[in-house]
Amino acid sequence: MLNPDIVGRTFPGAVAFAVTQESITEFCTAIGEPNFEVAPPTYTIKITLTESEALLKESGLDWSRVVHGDQKFEIHRPIVAGDALICSSTIESARVVAGNEIVSVRSDLHNGDELVASSWSTLVVRA
Amino acid sequence: MVNFGGARMSRYAVGQELAPTTYVINRALLIGYANASSDQNPIHQDEAFAKSVGLENVIAHGMFTMALAGRYVSALQGSAAVREFSARFVKPVVVPADADVELIVSGKVLEVTERTAKIEISAYCKDVKVLGMAKAVIALS
Repeated sequence: MLNPDIVGRTFPGAVAFAVTQESITEFCTAIGEPNFEVAPPTYTIKITLTESEALLKESGLDWSRVVHGDQKFEIHRPIVAGDALICSSTIESARVVAGNEIVSVRSDLHNGDELVASSWSTLVVRA
Repeated sequence: MVNFGGARMSRYAVGQELAPTTYVINRALLIGYANASSDQNPIHQDEAFAKSVGLENVIAHGMFTMALAGRYVSALQGSAAVREFSARFVKPVVVPADADVELIVSGKVLEVTERTAKIEISAYCKDVKVLGMAKAVIALS
């Protein structure tokens, strides 16, 4: 079970994720996206889900039983090579429904002081 | 078509159906996506492991399916025009060995403003709806 004390708290990321052209190209190639100039709309999941995994595992959640329930992205401007993104994660809610633990995490990505994108992930820990 | 006081005619009209595109999902693509996204959960690569945790077979990353739907959205006005994108993962995409699974993505225009269009996205494998409540907002230039 997730430690309930972390619900409502925001955890600022410690290290900036350096967006390189190589990583955009690799992501585009993996999904078959032909345009490599900017990051595809779901690119930031590779940053935010990794952060969420570390945070939630540390807080007692069984990551091996996690499935993705839903996902939302708000993109304020396209992400490009050269961005250095800090991910801060907020555990917005955690509840148990029919034995499944459902955790909602908001991730804000800043490049310096600029909020570039926000995303919301609902993660379900299967009973 | 919608006219905004002499502004450019939008190519999108409320209720308009956007032509479907078919994308392929297979085991090799899942390995490529695992590497590109840093999501190495074995349920997306290892059949024995997937079955050991009660799954029918290897399943695609929900985010890979969403990324393919994202390609559909990017194809409308470019990746740089995508402002919002959301989806619910309603059914897993089961990916047997040595098989190409087809994902069929289509769209319908829900709202049009002077600057944006809101698109409802449908994603099906065979006759199974795999994404629910999928929507995107794109900027119009």
